Amino acid sequence: MGAYLVRRFGLMLLTLFGISVIIFVLLRVVPGNIVDILFDSAGMVNPAEKVKIEKELGLDLPIPQQYAAWIGGLVHGDLGYSYVSEKPAIAEIAPRIPVTAKLAAMALAFSVLIGVPFGVISAVRQNSAADYVLRVLSLSGLSLPSFWLGLLMLMGFVAWFGDMPIYTEPPATLWDELLLYAAPAAAVGFRSSALVMRLTRSSMLEVLRQDYIRTARSKGASASSVNYHHALRNAMLPVVTVIGLEAAFLIGGLIVTETVFNIPGVARFLVEAIRTRDYPIVQNLVMFIAVVVVVVNFIVDMLYAVLDPRIRYSG
Amino acid sequence: MHSTEYDSELVKAGASAQGAFGQTAYFLRRYPLGAIGAVIMALFVLAALFADFITAYSPLSTDAALSLAAPSRAHWLGADYMGRDIYSRIVYGARISLAVGLGSTGLGCALGVVVGLVSGYLGGWVDLIAQRVMDILQALPLLVLALVMAAALGPSLWNTIFAISIPLIPAIARVIRSNTLALRELAFVEAAQAIGMSELRIAARHILPNTVAPLIVLATAQLGAAILTEASLSFLGLGIPEPHPSWGRMLSESAAEYIRTAPWLVIFPGLAISLVVFGTNLLGDALRDILDPRERG
Repeated sequence: MGAYLVRRFGLMLLTLFGISVIIFVLLRVVPGNIVDILFDSAGMVNPAEKVKIEKELGLDLPIPQQYAAWIGGLVHGDLGYSYVSEKPAIAEIAPRIPVTAKLAAMALAFSVLIGVPFGVISAVRQNSAADYVLRVLSLSGLSLPSFWLGLLMLMGFVAWFGDMPIYTEPPATLWDELLLYAAPAAAVGFRSSALVMRLTRSSMLEVLRQDYIRTARSKGASASSVNYHHALRNAMLPVVTVIGLEAAFLIGGLIVTETVFNIPGVARFLVEAIRTRDYPIVQNLVMFIAVVVVVVNFIVDMLYAVLDPRIRYSG
Repeated sequence: MHSTEYDSELVKAGASAQGAFGQTAYFLRRYPLGAIGAVIMALFVLAALFADFITAYSPLSTDAALSLAAPSRAHWLGADYMGRDIYSRIVYGARISLAVGLGSTGLGCALGVVVGLVSGYLGGWVDLIAQRVMDILQALPLLVLALVMAAALGPSLWNTIFAISIPLIPAIARVIRSNTLALRELAFVEAAQAIGMSELRIAARHILPNTVAPLIVLATAQLGAAILTEASLSFLGLGIPEPHPSWGRMLSESAAEYIRTAPWLVIFPGLAISLVVFGTNLLGDALRDILDPRERG
């Protein structure tokens, strides 16, 4: 286990290094750099000034040197400065993280609370009408773009309450905040709940075919005892891995949903920064997302080994 | 091993599935949801192919008098703020959506098959490097990687296809690789080696055909993801540029304003996206049941 942990950790660092190189190079091959855009918007035409700005931003240096400067700064907690607001990148990014974290947590809770029970019902009553309806529902959940679902919800709010729960000012109380995030969290979570439900169903079906379930049935255990006591506990193991998958899945949903609901989180900020070619923000945000995804998957892998005594990693 | 012997399986099951008609009828009875998916997909493909014949207006022609017109007999699904007919734009939008979906899935599969086959068959350091690169690509969410790539390449149809195809590679490569690893150990590969066949030829003629079934299952699943990603990219303004009628673009951010004034602008394009992705998902599930019996449940 110890050796496996070290090796897995090493691979994680290698992956993050690879991502940093790819993102950095991708952003540098972008046609039309920030200086051109700044120039266009400010109406400046003096080439000497352009060279000066490029020098100030360090864009005249060779790419490897620019990369080394970025990584060197990262190690010291210096993320550089936003090109657009000219504030330190960390000051722009940090306050937006809790917003997205709360939204993601609510969406995750929603997806598990909906997905697991319906997945179990669907598996226990395999091939019944309920199973068919739930399977079609979960497939439709996977098919709806979350931004459209968000827009439909807003439409419903307008029709019934005459108003939309769109983020306009920071919520005053925790309760207001929860209410404000409920709709976007449901929009993102619905899609993920479909994923959780499908995995719970197939995992449950797998377990229900095992010999020990037949033994439990033949010794006279009640149906609910077999389903919930014997089967569900083991079926939940693979579902834990879903949380690793979900990290990536949720972030994709959050990007569009934060845009729809005008929520000032990191996901919407990434889109804004990409549009304005604000490299320091984009590269740090993408790195942040990669770290979250990779670390969550690492933790899930470890958790899996702890939860399932049959898994013992060697070397 | 994968059983693609669909016909013999049918006979064994005692199904009266003789001839093309009988087989189709059997498919409809056995996989009603898959059949619905196939019908949905067929409708969209036909709409894309014959868009010129089933629309009365150009998807690009603007008319100030029709700005934000509600659905009517002349304009079934209404018109957008530039007075463009929504029905025509949705029908022509099927071309964009399917072109990007099929194009990026095809490109992603082709690249994924090459990576998976080479890495599984050659092994060694080639495999090691390929696996690490796949790790890197997989560590970023599909939409984030596509977003950065689309922004780096600039908005255009081909760039969108390319930007979506790259994040699809790892999933394909992983499955093809593990399949190749299993197949490599089998007797027929040894036999091919014994008669002096070149490694490249064995990989292409013996290994590849045996990975087709899982590839089809995976590609159908990726098709839905690719179409959704195109819609998201275009929704965020980083995919298909104006004036092309992309469903995601039609729903772009100003949609939040139209919720009160012109809900048809929000409802119909989203319905088109959901329906086509729903079709691929239904079809994908049925194909998985047929081609990959291990997953049957």
